[in-house]
Amino acid sequence: MPSSEPDAPITSADVAKVASLARLRLDDAELERFTHQLADILGHAADLETLDLAGVEPMAHPIPLVNVLRPDVPGDLVDRDEALAQAPAAEDGQFRVPPVLGEAP
Amino acid sequence: MSATGPDARAIAAAVRAGERTAAEVLEEHLGRIAAREAELHAFNHLTEDAARAAAAAVDAAVAAGQDPGPLAGVPVALKDNLCTRGVPTTCSSRILEGWCPPYDATVVTRLAAAGAVAVGKTNLDEFAMGSSTENSAFGPTRNPHDTTRVPGGSSGGSAAAVAAGFAPLSLGSDTGGSIRQPAALCGVVGVKPTYGLVSRYGLVAFGSSLDQIGPFATTVADAALVCEVIGGHDPADSTSLPEAFPELTPHLADGVDGLRVGVIAEMMGEGISPDVAARVRSAAEALASAGAVVEEVSVPAVTHGLSAYYLVAPAEASSNLARYDGVRYGNRVDAPTAGEMMEATRTAGFGDEVKRRIMLGTYALSAGYYDAFYGKALKVRTLIREDFDRAYASHDVLLSPTSPTTAFPLGAKVDDPLTMYLNDVCTIPTNLAGHPAMSVPYGTGDDGLPVGVQVLAPARGEVAMFRTAAVLEGSLR
Amino acid sequence: MTGIDLDRWEVVIGLEVHAELATRTKLFSAAPNEFGGAPNTHIDPLTLGLPGSLPVLNEHAVELAIRVGLALNCTVQRSVFARKNYFYPDQPKNYQISQYELPINVDGWLELPSGQQVGIERAHLEEDTGKSTHVGGGGRIHEAEYSLVDLNRAGVPLLEIVGRPDLRTGEEARAYVSELRAILVAVGASDGKMEEGSLRVDCNVSVRERGAAELGTRCEIKNINSLRSLGRAIDYEAARQVDLITAGDRVVQQTRHWNEDDGRTHTLRSKEEADDYRYFPDPDLVTLDPDPSWIERVRLALPPLPAARRHRLAETAGVPLEQTALIVERGLDELCLAAVAAGADPARTITHAEHNLSDERARALDPAAFAALVGMEVGGQLTATQAKAVLAELVEQGGDPVAIAAARGYEAMDDAELEGLVDGLIAEHPEEWARFCDGDGKITGFFVGKVMKATQGKADGKAVTALLNSRKG
Repeated sequence: MPSSEPDAPITSADVAKVASLARLRLDDAELERFTHQLADILGHAADLETLDLAGVEPMAHPIPLVNVLRPDVPGDLVDRDEALAQAPAAEDGQFRVPPVLGEAP
Repeated sequence: MSATGPDARAIAAAVRAGERTAAEVLEEHLGRIAAREAELHAFNHLTEDAARAAAAAVDAAVAAGQDPGPLAGVPVALKDNLCTRGVPTTCSSRILEGWCPPYDATVVTRLAAAGAVAVGKTNLDEFAMGSSTENSAFGPTRNPHDTTRVPGGSSGGSAAAVAAGFAPLSLGSDTGGSIRQPAALCGVVGVKPTYGLVSRYGLVAFGSSLDQIGPFATTVADAALVCEVIGGHDPADSTSLPEAFPELTPHLADGVDGLRVGVIAEMMGEGISPDVAARVRSAAEALASAGAVVEEVSVPAVTHGLSAYYLVAPAEASSNLARYDGVRYGNRVDAPTAGEMMEATRTAGFGDEVKRRIMLGTYALSAGYYDAFYGKALKVRTLIREDFDRAYASHDVLLSPTSPTTAFPLGAKVDDPLTMYLNDVCTIPTNLAGHPAMSVPYGTGDDGLPVGVQVLAPARGEVAMFRTAAVLEGSLR
Repeated sequence: MTGIDLDRWEVVIGLEVHAELATRTKLFSAAPNEFGGAPNTHIDPLTLGLPGSLPVLNEHAVELAIRVGLALNCTVQRSVFARKNYFYPDQPKNYQISQYELPINVDGWLELPSGQQVGIERAHLEEDTGKSTHVGGGGRIHEAEYSLVDLNRAGVPLLEIVGRPDLRTGEEARAYVSELRAILVAVGASDGKMEEGSLRVDCNVSVRERGAAELGTRCEIKNINSLRSLGRAIDYEAARQVDLITAGDRVVQQTRHWNEDDGRTHTLRSKEEADDYRYFPDPDLVTLDPDPSWIERVRLALPPLPAARRHRLAETAGVPLEQTALIVERGLDELCLAAVAAGADPARTITHAEHNLSDERARALDPAAFAALVGMEVGGQLTATQAKAVLAELVEQGGDPVAIAAARGYEAMDDAELEGLVDGLIAEHPEEWARFCDGDGKITGFFVGKVMKATQGKADGKAVTALLNSRKG
């Protein structure tokens, strides 16, 4: 099983961790299947290892625009009732969710 | 071949001249939809009532002596990841089932302002992640040319809708080939414009630095007209280029005399079906006989496109899709705490391909792996753009297959993600570079199914790209 | 827990201040940036985190960030917005757009009224979150039955100002926040209201033995809602850490929550289980690279800043820097400078401004009248007590100090009259006089009081004391 090899591009423990970071729950069978598939994909991406990338600038964006700004002028709003009508649960003009445990970072 | 109706330019001309009514045009298309939609499943949602009202408004304008615009009375189908006010926008995902946006995408507004009549929202791979439209939570779309085969993806519904004559025009989105590959597999024209030339405002994001909206059409001229209508600067999108879309229509008949055309060597060999490669060669010959200077050119870094893409696109997607959490819109699976509710909602709401890419992208961005994966992929992106720049220094446009094969049977690749990803090997490098490219139907393969030839151009190189496409289209007549 | 031995321990404090910027609209969308309002009425597609919505940067927020950066002596540089990814119900996109690797302002400093300089590591732009209200369980987060989310605040522009760990006491920390607030208000970047959450302070505290080269393990304290809490929280936390170390335990790096009611900090979560935020450049936004001419325009338009105003006043009036802090804080420095320019004695002017002008209306005082009053006092026409009374009336009603003094019947006593009065009192009270001559200082007040009573306060207390001493022989 490639995922248990030390050199595997991704292990089932890694997959479990990213699933948790991404708020996805996987059962054991899914964990195994996804680990294999992600290892395949990352294994294919190993071709990038052969490239000499020293001094190459990363390209986060295809077009080099700078300073795209808008004036500080109020614009159209979304009506609250229309917004809350789309919500799974609402109360007192607010979005209702199960209790939040713990503070935001 | 499936029958399509008159092209968009002919319809608009007739409606503007008062020779045909928009209502009559619409009913003709709704009739074709009624006849074959059950078999093809091109649409997630039809908007017949709104379409009839829009068509009536166009007819009223014509009757009042006003010009409803260059797309007067032309039915269009919209990929179901484009926001439409008050009309369900699902991205073919359970998690957004039933969600109605409170606003229209810029392209939707611009189409309506040009007199187009939206007939419905088309099926796609969930959140545009896929190459066959089999990853739709609402069932696959079938290829109008052979219903045992896929239409390609992710904009499979939009491609099938045009190929089946449901509408002469449709919009799709292209992150790694999602317009061009289904256009090729369905035998229609499909365009991915230069990044930034068409506003992304209201397009549900997949890979924000790669996504671009573009048209499907039955003719090159129709595709050009749609680009002119939907393109140009939009202050609502920070990544929108400041200029108007280049004027295409006046140049469609300019020909290719003296144009320098390079056939990408890396996209003609291994992994490409010989019958597909043969169609590209005959396209190259057609261009040469029309006066173009054609030669083979090497763009070495494109061979790393797939690897870079499957790190960059999932990384952006993992963040873009974080907002689907059951708090403000969409579906929710209840649980005792907010954190568990989000997890249960996402686990039930996303399909496997979406989960795969979210996890892949999360991994590529996570602490300790950023440099090895995401950071490296961004550098490879630079190499790809530089190699393209070198090729474009001596060529006006490049040529390649759009897809390595013709349409494949449903179910053939669903269990093997990597094999599925290889469908996009010819289209992905364009998105990484931010360049335009389009697929033009160019005959059929050994199986009698459509083959698309891809015409690639440098950023803002749409005029040369469309001139080339028009010559290819003409060479088949 | 007891106060810590400051001869042995050094407390190291660094503050992160989040200031809401005073724009009309949000950082990346045109929804209003207003405090209050019915829940979820300041929302648009981006604020709701709707699919397909896109951010576009507010030019005025950038301008305000540059103003603050320049006021904090920062370098204003090319910056990039990144996404900080974490799930939380009041974070509508489940990522926060913030500047990470390349913030707009770096490497500055501010000067406290004491003259101490405190380093500023960075001051970067980011968006605020919405607000969650926890319902049931008495509002306590861990016992709530459910939570309600209001997104009015989501997307409001914040400037996060990260100070270097240059502070050593709670008092210094309070002075730092005060100074920062004064700067933010002066440049029009923020209303500075801590109670409305316009200014939020997170505090990093560590302790180490004096002379130690390495910093101790730090804890971050959140939920500090006033300057008073800031000092208390630091004192508590420093003592807690010293107690831990003294007891042979170690300080665990963690985020702690200040509880105003019990005056303690409580564990929120340990950094060992820290989130992995997966920062990456936001592909929906482009690089921000303000033109040098824009930065220069902003620099030229900056108002005089508190530190510069303090220095100017101290130099002009020839008083120590510390004496100018309150005057500048109250906005009376221009008045003092104008009075001095009109010929008023600088030392007396400063003394009055520092001690006798706490009334808010003092800022509207006519500098010429103020200068005239100081002149009368220094010239001996008014005693200190009389001058104070006239000044109070000037602040309340305005007018001419000469006329006010006359109306009150304040006239300078001539020396002969005062001498006669004092000599008479000495003669009438031989016992008290003997005690005075024996060096009983407390009896001075007896004579001064008698003189004041006899003159209805017209006499100068200092002159009386001097006269008594001269009679002692």
